[in-house]
Amino acid sequence: MASDPIKDGMNEMKPVIRVNGLTRKFGDLTAVDEISFQVARGEIFGFLGPNGAGKTTTVRMLTGVIEPTSGSATIQDHDICKESILSREHIAVVPEQANVYLDLSVWRNLMLMAELFGIPRNRRISSGERLLEALGLLKRKDSKARELSKGLKQRLMLCAALVTEPEILFLDEPTSGLDVQSARLIRKIVTELNTDGLTIFITTHNMIEAGDICSRVAIINNGRIAAIDTPGKLRSMVRQGRYVEAVFGDQSPPSQKLESIPGVIRMESDQGVFRLYTETPGSVATKLAVLAANLGFELEQLNTCEPSLEDVFLYYTRDGGSR
Amino acid sequence: MISASGHSIWRRHAHASLVILKKNVLLYYLKPPVLIFGVVFPLFFFLAFKMGRNIPPGGVVPGMVAMALWFTASAIGPLVTPWERRAKTWERLISTPVSIHAILAGDVLSGFVFGSAVSVIPVILGLLLTDAHIVNLPLLVTGILSGALTFASLGVLLSSPPASSPSNIMLLSNLVRLPLLFVSGIFVPIEQMPAWAGWVAPLSPLSYASSLIRAAYGSVPYFPVWLCYLMLFLFTFFMFTASCRFHKMYRAKGL
Repeated sequence: MASDPIKDGMNEMKPVIRVNGLTRKFGDLTAVDEISFQVARGEIFGFLGPNGAGKTTTVRMLTGVIEPTSGSATIQDHDICKESILSREHIAVVPEQANVYLDLSVWRNLMLMAELFGIPRNRRISSGERLLEALGLLKRKDSKARELSKGLKQRLMLCAALVTEPEILFLDEPTSGLDVQSARLIRKIVTELNTDGLTIFITTHNMIEAGDICSRVAIINNGRIAAIDTPGKLRSMVRQGRYVEAVFGDQSPPSQKLESIPGVIRMESDQGVFRLYTETPGSVATKLAVLAANLGFELEQLNTCEPSLEDVFLYYTRDGGSR
Repeated sequence: MISASGHSIWRRHAHASLVILKKNVLLYYLKPPVLIFGVVFPLFFFLAFKMGRNIPPGGVVPGMVAMALWFTASAIGPLVTPWERRAKTWERLISTPVSIHAILAGDVLSGFVFGSAVSVIPVILGLLLTDAHIVNLPLLVTGILSGALTFASLGVLLSSPPASSPSNIMLLSNLVRLPLLFVSGIFVPIEQMPAWAGWVAPLSPLSYASSLIRAAYGSVPYFPVWLCYLMLFLFTFFMFTASCRFHKMYRAKGL
């Protein structure tokens, strides 16, 4: 497993979540296998993994829904098993499936959650109205939750979580299957909340989303943490995913010539765009420019590119993720 | 977020139970299964028992009150948790800083309030339409209240199996509630039942509530009054404790 940069002093802020050897078995199946990591105050921590990798099981353990088989974890220094209720006082959860009370109004859903967390009346009313306004639900305040679209239900879930004034927000696939507007609004709100100091633990399949908003990401595969670092560092670690992208003018050089450039591992071309994968993109780009000049081909574009987070994800999760 | 250090834990839990009660009142009191198994069911049982029999109307009122209490108070518990498991709201509820004891106490309170309130209807109808009269009002009130608490705890205990379909739990609850109904002296006083039924009757909490309610209407109680209160308290305690244990055991099932 990759080292956790929090311990390396990259982030000097105090961890609010500490996970140590957390394991959960369901019969013979080990859903989560001795995972360890920390999340610092004020981070947006992305938890990425394919279906069945153990993301939701991990979130359920950390949020007190299920107990771990072994290992330990703390939320704000409260053990999730021994001080379960205290640990849950600091968190709020937005599960993947919008599980609002369908027969309650938008407003009653909000107030119910605030009351369960013991938020005083004046505060829950003012913050409830502010949140509904911010998430575009104020006009639907008296509508039954069952009358809302999937996107609006997810916004309501976010409101119901935030009205409890959490220090750590768990988001399980918050934008999965949502329309573009709702997904964008939720991402915007999450980023703003984080700027205000809220720590966010987010599981997602959306690599662009993770790359855009997460301070650090952990990739989990088959119940184990395969990698954990900032998106930028993860991208730079996967050297095989680096490439040179070239677009030529009217005519392109033969593919064989491009593939034979020293350092090129493989080549892909799509509608006149050539991608030459290499561990040394700078050197290959120089050689490609020389080759094009020598053969008389005009180079319209030449870029050196890092792998996307999706490439990193695929690298760590293919073939069981054994790196 | 309010830290537990500022409040007593008990106060927090009691407040959470009242919030759960409020939620259940808003969401579940008018659900069809509650109305069918809690209100319509006992009414038809009463009619089936009364029709064609030469029994003075006043004589059936205590049994009707006890039966209404039995079905209504125990109708909420078997509905709430399976319904919430199916709607996936259970997961959100147990991730809040509220103990399982407080959640289940809220469910018991919901059955208690529902049962106590609905059982007032046969009491009033009995007074208005029959010659039944109450000779000991405090006994009737405490009998109804203590019975409602016990039966509501039974309802919550019956909701413990991790089923996500309310109909399965409703089926189970009727498998338990119906046989007990017939051995608890509702239709026929226990002293007039066959000997075997007399041995089984003390195992049913309904027998004690029924005995108290009959005594309030002037009958000689089958069990001593103090024993009725004690047994209802013990049934409530053990059923609630068992519910908490089972719900903890099955916490993650069916999510």
